[in-house]
Amino acid sequence: MTTSHIKRQALTAAFPRTIPILTGFLFLGFTYGIYMRAAGFSFWYPMVMSLTIFAGSMEFLTVNLLLAPFQPLQVLLLTLMVNARHLFYGLAMLERYRGTGLKKIYLIFGLCDESFSINCTVQPPEGVDRGWFYFFVTLLDHSYWCLGATLGGLCGAMLPLNTQGLDFVLTAMFVVIWLEQWRKDSQHQSALLGGALSLFCLVFFGADGFMLPAMVLILLGLVALRSVVDKEVTAP
Amino acid sequence: MTLTQQLITIALVVLGTVLTRFLPFLLFPSEKPTPPVVQYLGRVLPGAVFSLLVVYCLRNVSLTSSSHGIPEAVAIAVVAALQLWKRQTWLSIVAGTVVYMALVQLVFPA
Repeated sequence: MTTSHIKRQALTAAFPRTIPILTGFLFLGFTYGIYMRAAGFSFWYPMVMSLTIFAGSMEFLTVNLLLAPFQPLQVLLLTLMVNARHLFYGLAMLERYRGTGLKKIYLIFGLCDESFSINCTVQPPEGVDRGWFYFFVTLLDHSYWCLGATLGGLCGAMLPLNTQGLDFVLTAMFVVIWLEQWRKDSQHQSALLGGALSLFCLVFFGADGFMLPAMVLILLGLVALRSVVDKEVTAP
Repeated sequence: MTLTQQLITIALVVLGTVLTRFLPFLLFPSEKPTPPVVQYLGRVLPGAVFSLLVVYCLRNVSLTSSSHGIPEAVAIAVVAALQLWKRQTWLSIVAGTVVYMALVQLVFPA
């Protein structure tokens, strides 16, 4: 079999798997583009950010970070904490991504929630090259997201739309993620602790300066309360 | 923020994201067991961080302002109810946002 045949076969196997993500990513990406546009950024921003960051919730958050005063340390720490879940995607994919050659670099770069959920659960069909299958799933997801974001950035300016209140899309997104996380968690102390420490810091440090102390307190608090929180996790 | 500061901010978000994705592959090239404290944080950190992010999104809501945070409360109720009912992420997000936009533009204009 020639390389182009192997690739075509893998693409044909991968595409149907990504169709649910096609609709979701085009739509959310489009909303993200409009959101950035409404915040005063040209379409270059959503285009470049969707291409380079490729982590949806973090990209929405970055819009707020770009509008706030320059705080590099907080930006890095926040990104690490929001994306900490990727560490565990990586751990789960260590075996599956083994032996995929240079493609592996791109596979790891594009390990967003959706690529992970497909590549972790779907077994490539018999005779289809595993590495190329994973590669096309990742590439298609990446393309949908970037296309949606760019189109949103371009169309955002043309739509005769009163965008006041559109920023609520970020709140809505995190409420949904929070709910799904709550349903998934076998213990709720960490969510409650995180909420309580965040509110405490918000009252104590104010809206502009509470994130960094809250993140530090949450990390320290979770490590300090490990025996309490973890007992629940391991309980049947 | 200047353009340079914007580029640094975006670069740091890219760096942070890339770090979280590559670290496991760099740290555990073979089948070494993950340190227990890392496993523990992986289990419990998401719940805490998403609570923080919901608070972050609502940080500028004032209960003493003219709308008393009512649009936020109503829209969040819509998002949560739809999500628990239909489990369609994008539907919950869009419906909640449309309700919120209608409330702040039509019912509680600034």
